[in-house]
Amino acid sequence: MKIFQPKQLQYLFIAAFAFFFMESCKPKGTQSAATGDAAKAYVAPGKYDEFYNFVSGGFSGQMAVYGLPSGRLLRVIPVFSTDPEKGWGFSEETKPMLNTSHGFVPWDDAHHPEMSQTNGEVDGRWVFINGNNTPRIARIDLTTFRTAEILEIPNSAGNHSSAFVTQSTEYVVAGTRFSIPPDDANGDVPIDSYKQNFKGNVSFIKVDSVSGNMNIAFQIRTPGVNFDLSHAGKGNSHGWFFFSCYNSEQANTLLEVNASQRDKDFIMAVNWKKAEEYLKAGKGRKQAVRYAHNTYSDKTHSATSKIETEITILDSKELADMVYLIPCPKSPHGCDVDPTGEYIVGSGKLAALVPVFSFTKLQKAIADKAFDGDYEGIPVIKYEAALHGEVKKPGLGPLHTEFDDKGNAYTSMFVSSEIVKWNVKSLEIIDRVPTYYSVGHLMVPGGDSRKPFGKYLVAYNKITKDRYLPTGPELAQSAQLYDISGEKMKLILDFPTIGEPHYAQAAPAGLISKKSVKFFKIEESEHPYVSKGEGQAKVTRDGNKVHINITAIRSHFNPDNIEGVRVGDEVYFHLTNLEQDWDVPHGFAVKGANNSELLVMPGETQTLKWVPEKSGMYPFYCTDFCSALHQEMQGYIRISPAGSSVPLSFSTGKTPTPAAGKTPTPSAAKPGTK
Amino acid sequence: MNNQLSIPSRILVAFASGALIAVFFLPAWRIDLFAPQYPEGLSMYIWINKLSGDVEIINGLNHYIGMKHISANMFPEFKYLTYVVIFFMALGMTAAITGRRKILFAYIIATIIGGLLVLYDLYSWGYDYGHNLDPKAAIQVPGLSYQPPVIGHKRLLNFDAYSFPDSAGWIVIGAGSLVIVVWLVEWFINRKKNKK
Repeated sequence: MKIFQPKQLQYLFIAAFAFFFMESCKPKGTQSAATGDAAKAYVAPGKYDEFYNFVSGGFSGQMAVYGLPSGRLLRVIPVFSTDPEKGWGFSEETKPMLNTSHGFVPWDDAHHPEMSQTNGEVDGRWVFINGNNTPRIARIDLTTFRTAEILEIPNSAGNHSSAFVTQSTEYVVAGTRFSIPPDDANGDVPIDSYKQNFKGNVSFIKVDSVSGNMNIAFQIRTPGVNFDLSHAGKGNSHGWFFFSCYNSEQANTLLEVNASQRDKDFIMAVNWKKAEEYLKAGKGRKQAVRYAHNTYSDKTHSATSKIETEITILDSKELADMVYLIPCPKSPHGCDVDPTGEYIVGSGKLAALVPVFSFTKLQKAIADKAFDGDYEGIPVIKYEAALHGEVKKPGLGPLHTEFDDKGNAYTSMFVSSEIVKWNVKSLEIIDRVPTYYSVGHLMVPGGDSRKPFGKYLVAYNKITKDRYLPTGPELAQSAQLYDISGEKMKLILDFPTIGEPHYAQAAPAGLISKKSVKFFKIEESEHPYVSKGEGQAKVTRDGNKVHINITAIRSHFNPDNIEGVRVGDEVYFHLTNLEQDWDVPHGFAVKGANNSELLVMPGETQTLKWVPEKSGMYPFYCTDFCSALHQEMQGYIRISPAGSSVPLSFSTGKTPTPAAGKTPTPSAAKPGTK
Repeated sequence: MNNQLSIPSRILVAFASGALIAVFFLPAWRIDLFAPQYPEGLSMYIWINKLSGDVEIINGLNHYIGMKHISANMFPEFKYLTYVVIFFMALGMTAAITGRRKILFAYIIATIIGGLLVLYDLYSWGYDYGHNLDPKAAIQVPGLSYQPPVIGHKRLLNFDAYSFPDSAGWIVIGAGSLVIVVWLVEWFINRKKNKK
């Protein structure tokens, strides 16, 4: 039977045609924007990405690692926030990493990752990232993709203008978004005494060129303002650091109005080579402070936290030629230096233009003393004297600028939700593309270094709205990948991110992948409770502390039967993963433990503290599907009441002893039968 | 019949038996295993006196099917193979220095027998390793054994196993072949002379 008669078919065609016609009449939606170019973001299954992309997790406190151009999430590195999945901040070994002068702080707000550089080029060794809330800087080791060091910053609040590095990673900087009374002063003062009691600080943290270890070399004491972002000089301007600041009004309330009054705020230019001279000449003042310095060792597989007690202050008011202020329109946010180091781009987020300053002109202005008075003792350079030019009508709400290798700049426009490409020298606008929606930071691989890889650009957006399937009131954050290899920018991929992405970094994969650690050599472990082989597994009692040196190898624990532990004991499971092969972690979880699992890499030892509160039988098992017999990888720990006389014993693979030499048949096992 | 080898032949024989020294510095045999989980492969190298490569990882995997833990002390061969090689080198050198065809012939016969013994030894070790399984093994497939191939490829559960001579092994084979060729050439030339 025919379904349609020829005539009916004709009507159907007409109807279909009308439908398509109607479709094409609709305004061009964002959904068509990536047509044809999506293939550029396609990385076939089993193929590696071209770049590693390190993206801040914002209020998640972590850092995510994506592959570009695919946008595939490769790893979330726990930094400032606890992560029960990896036992970060839950295992005894990692708890000290989150120690501060305020005690254990299990969360922070991580904004700006910055890769280490050598001669102004990303070198793939470390990523630094700031903790905003309880001011800290973390260093992530790119051989293990783990946080290796966290340093607290004294005299600070809101470490936002961080963690940017100088061109050979001599320093990583920190700053104060909130000015506050210094740590050694009485902070119990009226809030409206801001102008009198509140001070700003920027910190220069020395980075050891071999180990990467951080130490605060000096802090520059500044007037009480809000430091927002920063970037180091490079090339000719190496030796200088530039910080954007707002609230030069020094308001202490309703900043959205009160800090937006002045026509211009500042970009603070710091001659850190001069600061080093002052430091050497003993012009610094020692200040008693308290801040935590936490380091993780891959030898002991443990972190140590040390409270440091002293810092050196260099006062911007007293020490001449060290700090200058460049007026910058309307509450500048981004402060970005082009690859040559000559041009400094300030982005006044409320301004209708983007000013570009020239380092050469700045030097001339300083030499000529082309000043416009001072701000609390710091010379203010005449705006025009340092200005290279202004990008006119760039868009609304300019925030951040990154650069390619062809002399172009890319500025994010938060309010008009777009990215604007312009020529750094001529200041002419070349292209603009929409973002979805309200772009904050943007990133070109190497885009804030001397050697950008101008192939891709990623926009990190603040509003997602209709980009992905709705997930209730809270939506995924969005990132957009653009191909910038040609004259015109082209959207090629849209991908969600964790937390809220702020700044990001990216580097060619080859710089990092080759150095990736596959496992830790067990013979090199210096962990105090390591078991280098099953023969070293043991259970020992020390008062009410029970130390269980337990091993894991596919697919059993040793010991897996433990008795003689009592209520009131503090139990420490020191789990050593005996595997010496890539990608064979073992997990460990015990019923009722009120912390997290352990996730232990091959050759590593991690410790779970457990205080059983009730007598009974507690199973434990491997949580990482390690092998075909993963479900068999389990054990029991028997908890007896306090004061019980059950002797401490432990074993693995021990079968029940048959009664009086008889074979253990079910009948023989009955009590009383002989 | 001329019982003396020509000078070029003697030099070649000396070279061939001298080349055997390679077995002290290079692995003689290799077994490579590939599985979906091991795309990069696992390799075990067999030397004349030791094992190297991913032996521990292979042991870790093989315990599931009840295979014995591979270790150097399960090979008594490792204790005397060094002397066997020294004997062969000495015999070859003796043939080269004296130039006696009979010694060379003995050397060739010994090499062939030695080679066959090595293959038999590999086979019997593989047979024992693949069949003599722990009765308490976690994975037991009735009727299936895991005997690795003596030479070539074999599929063992999720693994593709490849067994081939490694660099020193090839040098030994090359040296043995060279000596045989020398002997054949000598024999051929002699036969011609005798005909005349």
